[in-house]
Amino acid sequence: MTDAAVALPARRRRSSASYRLERRIKKGFLVVAVGLVLIYTLFPYYWAIVSSTKQGAALYRNTFLPAFDLTYYKALYENRIFLGSLVNSAFVASSTTALSLILGISAAYALGRIDFPQRRGVLMTILMISIFPQVVVLSGMFELINWLGLYNRPSALILTYLLATVPFTTWILTTFIREFPRELEEAAIIDGCSHFRILTKILLPLMGPSLASTGILAFILAWNEFLFALTFILTDENRTVPVAIGLMGGSSRYEYPFGQIMAASVTVTLPLIILVLIFQRRIVAGLTAGAVKG
Amino acid sequence: MASVELKSVSKSYGGNPVIRGVDLAIRDGEFIVFVGPSGCGKSTLLRLIAGLVPVTDGEISIGGEPVTDVPASKRGIAFVFQSYALYPHMTVARNIGFALETLGLGRDAVRNKVAEVAKLLKVDHLLARRPRELSGGQRQRVAIGRALVRKPEVFLFDEPLSNLDSDLRMEMRIEIARLHDDIGTTMIYVTHDQAEAMTLADRIVVLNHGVIEQVGSPQELYHTPKSRFVAGFVGSPRMNFSTVAATGIGADWLLSGPGGLRLESHVTGNRSTPATVGVRPEALSIVAPGSGRLDGVLERIEDLGHEHFAYVRLDADNSWVVRLPARPREDRDTKVGLSFRDEDLFLFDESGARLDHAASHERSAAALAQTSGGGIAA
Repeated sequence: MTDAAVALPARRRRSSASYRLERRIKKGFLVVAVGLVLIYTLFPYYWAIVSSTKQGAALYRNTFLPAFDLTYYKALYENRIFLGSLVNSAFVASSTTALSLILGISAAYALGRIDFPQRRGVLMTILMISIFPQVVVLSGMFELINWLGLYNRPSALILTYLLATVPFTTWILTTFIREFPRELEEAAIIDGCSHFRILTKILLPLMGPSLASTGILAFILAWNEFLFALTFILTDENRTVPVAIGLMGGSSRYEYPFGQIMAASVTVTLPLIILVLIFQRRIVAGLTAGAVKG
Repeated sequence: MASVELKSVSKSYGGNPVIRGVDLAIRDGEFIVFVGPSGCGKSTLLRLIAGLVPVTDGEISIGGEPVTDVPASKRGIAFVFQSYALYPHMTVARNIGFALETLGLGRDAVRNKVAEVAKLLKVDHLLARRPRELSGGQRQRVAIGRALVRKPEVFLFDEPLSNLDSDLRMEMRIEIARLHDDIGTTMIYVTHDQAEAMTLADRIVVLNHGVIEQVGSPQELYHTPKSRFVAGFVGSPRMNFSTVAATGIGADWLLSGPGGLRLESHVTGNRSTPATVGVRPEALSIVAPGSGRLDGVLERIEDLGHEHFAYVRLDADNSWVVRLPARPREDRDTKVGLSFRDEDLFLFDESGARLDHAASHERSAAALAQTSGGGIAA
């Protein structure tokens, strides 16, 4: 004890009040930092909302308050092509999510639970595939889509989006299944469960959080995708939302329909926000609590 | 109820042998405990019997019928896991009834059986709860209930109490013993806990590096261990060992070792050279220096209240533990003598096998008589 006291420089401890002040200043910095991040991420969306409610020349004035003029929204909801593209997007994104989760779970169960010599290789390949930039596979994909006769069909998009979503769903779910307590599975085997029953009755109910998070990521990816959607779809009625917005035209070729585009952007973002809000609690909740000692 | 028979069962993982040719016959209704150091394969052996892990070689039969290739769920066994392995998303009632549900039993039938088992294990007031809302002891009961509801012919336990604190462990130990008395099912129990092994077992199986070192009643293992390994493994604190030099004098051996140990011993039966002596801590007593058989320095005393452990250093490499009912009068760092009776001395040869010597022979006969007497009392 005395040795330690001697070794330390003879500095007096600061008063309790100064530590309190220090803590408050740190807290203040944190609040400011969080505020900056929030502004950085939320302002574009807010600006879209503001712009979508302004008319004509008001658009080019920098007012930060929305004008609550819903003309563009009304026009948008009478626009059959836009509504059609919403339906297309919903179909493509949910099918992609469902398919990639089904494929991802089956692959992850095998990769996470069954020992086979090529496992590492397969996992690395999956990772490699997800690294390729879209542009690289674009022309090859185009040939494939043509050959399969899927050109200008939404199913072409589902097929190509799987290329991006299956690798990462597989990766995330493999990690989860690997951490899954082995004894739970053995208990199910002794209780007479088949592999399928283990998957559906034991694993899936417990995988809720990871399924929700990977599912949402896959959905967002499919919902926002632009390049494939632009390349593989020819006609307006088969377009998905990002392309439909991008190709929106005004009444004359010199008018850029800024307000309408903003209204459309706000509209297509809403489903994503609602989805995340619905599932966020499931993502956070740790469902495996209580399985083993804890 | 059923007997279990293992015939030269082996298991290796990627050419790495974990179980090597185990032969074991377990009688109907017997309580068998597997013990051994970690990594000796005791849990693997249990999983082989359960059918969770396929055997590499050999045969397993349960109730006289070969089950080597029968899946786990059809072997008539139940398994209680170390981590309990309750399904976290199901209520206690569904956890217990899940096996019956899987079998396709009707809802009412399942509910009745679950209620029956829950009542037996005193968890009937918890049926609507989920595992995370239960205490460790309650989870353990539910895990046993889940095993019990299947009316197994053989109960398998994999270190079921190691996650509980010591009070609860003792309580559950007694309850498992009572359960065995009540239902009389064959039970195989893996543990590393001495007390559980000694109190629960009809017979203990000591495993070492995937082979059975010895099978016997707790008393047999304690009094007549076959090898140095078993002698060191059964009993707590463990037996004191020292290497000795042996000189042959006719049919007898003169042994000399650390702490001034000099013994004349008449080895009967096996003719190999003694290499190690062993004496249990409870067979030693502290005497005045020079008047015992060994001399050393009293280094440390551990006072546990009801018993005391004295550590006596014989030389640089050898420190022996003495178990005493009362605190020794001698002070720390003083010279003391250690004495023991002839029949409490164990001799082992170079390979670790125990050698019968003149004194030990009488004692083992006495021990065996005591064992059979104890068996009737239990």
